[in-house]
Amino acid sequence: MKFGIVINEGPYTHQASDSALQFTKSALAKGHEIFRVFFYHDGVNNGTSLGVPPQDDRNLPNQWSELAEKHNLDLVVCVAAAQRRGMLDEDEMKRHGKEANNLVKGFRISGLGQLIEAGIQADRLVTFGD
Amino acid sequence: MSTLHLVNKSPFERNSLDACLRLAAKGSAVLLFEDGVIGAMQNTKHSDAINTAMSDHKFYVLGPDIKARGLNDDNVIDGINVIDYDGFVDLTTEHKTVQSWL
Amino acid sequence: MEDEGVVKKFCYMNRKAPYGTIYALESLEVVLIAAAFDQDISLVFADDGVYQLTNNQDTDGIGMKNFSKTYTALGDYDIKKIYVEKESLEERGLTADDLQALKYEDEDDDWAEKDSLFVVGREELSKIIDEQDVVLSF
Repeated sequence: MKFGIVINEGPYTHQASDSALQFTKSALAKGHEIFRVFFYHDGVNNGTSLGVPPQDDRNLPNQWSELAEKHNLDLVVCVAAAQRRGMLDEDEMKRHGKEANNLVKGFRISGLGQLIEAGIQADRLVTFGD
Repeated sequence: MSTLHLVNKSPFERNSLDACLRLAAKGSAVLLFEDGVIGAMQNTKHSDAINTAMSDHKFYVLGPDIKARGLNDDNVIDGINVIDYDGFVDLTTEHKTVQSWL
Repeated sequence: MEDEGVVKKFCYMNRKAPYGTIYALESLEVVLIAAAFDQDISLVFADDGVYQLTNNQDTDGIGMKNFSKTYTALGDYDIKKIYVEKESLEERGLTADDLQALKYEDEDDDWAEKDSLFVVGREELSKIIDEQDVVLSF
């Protein structure tokens, strides 16, 4: 079965990203396909490359990045939500004349249409939030 | 196929369990996870709400979230099924829509 | 546009008041984009979500943008199924008169202006939600 996953909260403050990660791993292990993981609201902060959590804590952005690399996942950060919250890839950095970018490898920035498309294409859309 | 409702908040903090039970169609299923597992415990002031709703809905609770909070599967309301993440995934495949009560 | 042929029933579920959190505004942003996809769209406002639709919002004193007028433009996006839970209004001491009038122009009826906001009771709303293919919650 084809899943779309939506994550509406950032890492650490809420359990949403952790729960979504466990769910996604489980779904993959069962042979399901993850059509897309869409990050919205503060969820875009899961894509930051600048977090430095304590050594004994999990690094959620890196965990998503590694899972994406292993399973060829499509991790999409909403552009409108990302711009508000200071999440930029290299293109966005140049376009807005900023000095830095901070998107972890494996994530990409795109529009809200990608969320709707996930709703259309996936057999099930599962939302994790507050 | 009916809907699977996801409730991730404690009934002591939010009204999401209440809203879910109020609007979930008869025959749909409810999974309590994250802080939502608090609503699955026996002898709380919210336990009766689930006991009453049990005739209309199947209830599930995510075991890993129970353990994480120092709670015990033995104290889960009778009739609620304790499942793990594999069971969570299976439940989503067995229902046509998954609705989160955020 | 994309995915021609597939029409799913999408429901946008709003249960939070505006301004205190960003969910109402960013839900509206999703709905405006979704309108371009030719899917079957319903909006639901229940619990504190009913406050998103109130008349006379004035944000001058809080330094935030008042986005309430955008709801009245939803008809232009062909969004014409907006459901408000009657009991949620009643529990909050509100009536339909406290909400903005939401309308759309019916192209099949000589562009007659029609209501797009429906105050529905709990049981009817429950049925409407149960018929959906995709529910997005905010």
